[in-house]
Order: sequence, then structure tokens, then C-alpha cells
Amino acid sequence: MSLFRLALANLRASPLSSAVNILLLALGTASIAILLLASAQLSNTLTKNAAGIDLVIGAKGSPLQLVLSGVYHADVPPGNIPASEVERWQEHPSVGNAIPLSLGDSFRGYRIVGTVTEFAALYDGEVQEGSYWDHPFEAVIGSRVAQTSALSVGDTFAGVHGLAENGDTHDDSTYTVVGTFAPTDSVLDSLIVTSTESVWLMHASHVHDEHEHDAHEEAHGNEAGEEEHAHDEHEEEHDHDAHDHNEHEQDAHEEEHDHDEHEHDHDAHAHEEQEHAPDANDHDEHKHEAPNHEEHGDEITLLLVQLSSPLAALTLPREINAETGLQAASPAFEITRLLQIVGIGLNWLNAFAVVLVVSAALSIFAALYASLSARRHDLAVLRCLGATRGELFYLLFIEGMLLTIAGIIFGLLLAHGGIELLGQWLGDGQGIVISGWTWASGEFALVGGLLLTGSVTAMIPAWQAYSTDVARTLSAP
Amino acid sequence: MATNESPVLQIANLEFHYDQPLLSINNFEVSSGECVGVLGPSGCGKTTFMHLIAGLLKPDQGQVLINGTDITQLGEGQIDRIRGQHIGIVFQRLHLVPAMGVIDNLLLAQRLARAPIDREYALGLLAQLGIADLANQKPHQLSQGQAQRAAIARSVAHRPTLLVADEPTSALDDDNAEDAMKMLRELTVNTNAALIVVTHDERVRNRVDRVFSLEGAA
Repeated sequence: MSLFRLALANLRASPLSSAVNILLLALGTASIAILLLASAQLSNTLTKNAAGIDLVIGAKGSPLQLVLSGVYHADVPPGNIPASEVERWQEHPSVGNAIPLSLGDSFRGYRIVGTVTEFAALYDGEVQEGSYWDHPFEAVIGSRVAQTSALSVGDTFAGVHGLAENGDTHDDSTYTVVGTFAPTDSVLDSLIVTSTESVWLMHASHVHDEHEHDAHEEAHGNEAGEEEHAHDEHEEEHDHDAHDHNEHEQDAHEEEHDHDEHEHDHDAHAHEEQEHAPDANDHDEHKHEAPNHEEHGDEITLLLVQLSSPLAALTLPREINAETGLQAASPAFEITRLLQIVGIGLNWLNAFAVVLVVSAALSIFAALYASLSARRHDLAVLRCLGATRGELFYLLFIEGMLLTIAGIIFGLLLAHGGIELLGQWLGDGQGIVISGWTWASGEFALVGGLLLTGSVTAMIPAWQAYSTDVARTLSAP
Repeated sequence: MATNESPVLQIANLEFHYDQPLLSINNFEVSSGECVGVLGPSGCGKTTFMHLIAGLLKPDQGQVLINGTDITQLGEGQIDRIRGQHIGIVFQRLHLVPAMGVIDNLLLAQRLARAPIDREYALGLLAQLGIADLANQKPHQLSQGQAQRAAIARSVAHRPTLLVADEPTSALDDDNAEDAMKMLRELTVNTNAALIVVTHDERVRNRVDRVFSLEGAA
């Protein structure tokens, strides 16, 4: 029969009071722990996803929106930019590397990104199974996409217009999975990566289909012959595989429709925020792959830029913003700004959580003190049975600390369980990796602070027990 | 009952004051196996006398020897240890620990007295007092008589050499008072302890070996 067991028995003897105190402390602990876990992991995720990207160049608009859409794939892009900008900025002396991204379609909420193979290297991504694309409409899928969609190498899927799951489906043009990325715990896990050309062709095909439908209504049956003819032309010009049919459709489309309509379609796809004149520029091939924008007069959504030197971070954004119709946004700057804005709210939540913890500590103190008053005779009897003053102090202190520790453990379980559930919910296509199976460094300080608070709270009634005048207490009525 | 060993408790030239002189005892001894009644009216200092024996109060002068050790010369921690090892107390208000079962109350007394934890001995005591079947009951589940038996068992669970009972019969009718005294006597005889019954209950006078009247001590 130890004092620990006695303390435990005393707490069990008043289950409601003990449970309320534990719950109060647990709620305070959980509130702070959730804030710590969420902010630490959000910050880590944001930092990890932006690692290696110094600038994002895109259409004029909100720089934060540009960063959120281009780096974190968590927002719609502000618009498109001419594909010719790829070469222009790749050749700029301040630019070490520039990776074009074409956004707009998705599959089950996972974004389809038209880009170059170097894109995955930004996230230390490697193809785990299969290989990169050799042809248009071949795609490599992120690990989370593979896990949740059950797609594997060789499977095909049709993307939908826009970033919602209920967009128009590109049933006519399907992607073939040719590879899967190894998990990176970054946004890459939730992306479907394909060539820039695929995206161009997909939307050219889409527009063509719409026009084809119109033509069908007007021509009443002549369409089949025209298609067959156009297909023959295509086969003469290219030596591609079955996907070339889509390319052909785009060619046919370009022949049949004016460029403004095509432009309009593409802008609408990029959320109709910006209009661009088609840039029939004279570039040939850029450094990575060869999205043939000269042929298509196409656009990309944005450029992810790695600077050639730290000094360029000062000069290049200014140059882009001042001298072009584009904007340059720094992920580091924008995310810092975002976290500062969010941080104000977090500070208020933190303050509220601290109030909860202090309330819980006061409640434990009140409970112990009330218990002490009610048990003063019992404690005096324990002294008569041979307990020392120190043992009475220890007994009350243990009771306070048991409540504190139970509250902390319960609170941490609540916080980590809640964060894990939140992570599973958010992780499904949002590109934000949040897990309950991790420990934020701030939690050490939290647990230490709570134990200290619990100790002080328990020490006051414990000291009262220590100071009990046994003879006077036993003599009292 | 005749004494058969050296005094378990010796008090010599003891004086204790609050605002005015309260207790003055020239000489008082109790030996193993002896049962002494300390009688006196309310307010004569019976409880103070008990607290002085237990080392819960320090006399203004004089000696209190427990098995030859003068506890007036000891520090508080040493007195706690002596009290735990050598003295058992039966309180008027029983003060069993309400959160624990009867047997655990006995084991706690052993633990606080730094005596070996002897569950069999504790169960034997309960059996001797006829409440073995209540070993796992909480105090609030016991009748007053059962709770008093449990409190008596707890007071001797750590094998003290001196048992002090504070008004053990005051609230009982004659039959139950007789039973309580019988139990205390049997337990002290069986454990060879000395028994001091501090009371104002004159019925005790005929159930003890001798009476020490506090009102006539000064």
C-alpha cells in the first residue's frame, strides 16, 4: 500500500471532480498542442514545397494567389502568360533555371500539371515505377494520387476541366499513366505531372470538339469526311503514336477557327481573369522540352524560377514587375506575409488556450484545496499513524500531479488524434501534409510549462497539508 | 492483570500549559499487557494527555519515554517514526480512509508505520474481530459497529507496543461498550501491548486493570 495508491484512491473517490479537472486541463492542453502541431507542420510543408523556388513569374494579379497556385497548388492561378516568356526568362542572366507550368485540369481533385521533367527535381521527386513521358498524354502520378485513386502504370484516365471534381470531363482525350513518383511528403505527391504539350493539346482538342459539334450541327454529316482528311494530313506531318489524333484535332481546329476563339478558350480555362493576345513569336525550343508554342500559339500558366545568384533576388523581381506585363512573386516573402496574417489569429487562439490552461490549473487548485479542507482530519490521522509531514506533502502533491499528468496525456491524445484526422482529411488532394504522428518542438515546452503549472498548483495545498497542526486539528470539533 | 515487562510508557514531571496550566503529572507508567484507564471529566486535558503521549504536542517540561526513548528530546521526524512504530491509536471519530477498503486501511497503517506489509496478519485481525468478510468493503459501506472494529484492527495492524484508545465506548450502549473493551483487551493481550483507555465514561472503570484519574494528577 503506497502513497501513490492512496493518492489514486483519493482521486477515484471523487470521480466527477477529478474528471472535470482532467477534462479542463486536457482541453487547454489540446488547444495549444493543436496550434503548435498545425502551425509547425503547415510552416514545414510550406517551406518544403517552396524549397528551391526563388520566384514565380505569372500573370498580373495577386502575388499570393500566384504563389499559392503555382507552388502549393492550393488556389487558382491569376491567369496565363505567353509561352514565349519561357525562353525569354530562361535566357536571362539572373535566372538559373525556369520551369514552365500549365495548369487548369484535374483528376479526382488532383491537379494535372503540364511541365517538364525537371519539375519533380524541385521536390526531390524520383520516378519509383515506370518512367517519364515520351509522348503527349502520358503522365507520371504522385504517390498519394496512386494510393487513393488506385491508378497504376498502364491505366488510363480522363481529366476534367478546372480544379473541381465536377468539371467537364475530357472524355475524348485520356491520359495514360506511365510512371509513379516515390513519396516526397510534398505537394508532388498529390500531383499528376505530364508534358506541357499534353495540356496544350488537351485544350486544343477540347475547343476543337466544341467547334466540331457546332460544325456538325451546321454541316449535317460532312464532318466525318473532313476529319478523315485532316487525319491524313496529320499523319504526313508527324510520326507520333495514337495520341497524335488529338494533335491533329488541334491542327484542324486552328485551321478552322480564328485564333481569338482559341485564346478565349484558354483564358476561360485559366479562370477567365486575364486576356492575352496570342504571341506568334519566333522562338524555337526552350531548354527542357519542346512545347511547340510557335505552332500552337499557346500559353503557360506560370514559371517557377531558380535564380542564378542571391543578388538576383533583389533585382529580377523589380525588373519583371516594372518592365513587363508579368509579375514576379517570391514564395518566401508571400508565405511569410501569409503566416504573419494567420499568425495574428493564431496568437489570439494561443491566448485563449492559455486562458483555458490557467482556468484548469485554478480548478485543480480549488479542487485540491477543497479536498484538503474536507480531509484535514483524515490527514491528521495519517500523521498519527506514522506519516511524516513530508509524506502528507507528497500525498497532496501526487494527487495534483496525477490530475495534471492525466490532463496533459488526454490533451495530447486529443490534439494528435485530431491533427491526424485533420491531416487525413486535408491530405486527400490538398497537397498539405499534416500528421498526428509527429511531435512539434514546442510541445516539449508546453509539457514542461504544464508540469510546472501543475506543480505550483499542487504545491500550495500540499504545503497546507505539510503544515497541518495535528493536535489542533484532532481537537477541533 | 499483572504487568510482566518493563514499562512501555513512562511519564515523569510532565507539565503542559496553554494560557494557563493544564496538565501536571509527576509520574505515570504503563507496562506491556497492562490496561490502564485514564479518566476525567470533559476539559480536564484527556485529549492533551493523549497527544503528549503520541508526541503530537511537546510538554513544557518533563519526560515522556516510549520503550525507554524520551520523545521530548527528539525531532519531529524521529517522533513520527517512534509514533508509527510503537503507538497505535483508536480515535473517537474512527477516521478510516474513506477511499480505501478495510484491508487497505490496515495495510496503509503498516506502511506508514514502516512495519512489514503483512496482509495475512491484517486479515487475521479482521477475522479475530469478526469482520473478515468485510475486508474489501469501503468504510461508508460499514455499520458504526463494524467501522469501529475496523478502526481497532487498524490501530494494531502494525503491532504497536502501546495502544491508546480515545473514548472508545462513549457513544456505545452497555453491550457494545462491553464488546469494544473486550476486543481491545484481547488484542493487547494477544499482541502483548499496553493499553491506555482515555475516557470520561465511568463504565470503563471496572473493565481496566487500574485507573489513572487526571483531575487528581496535579
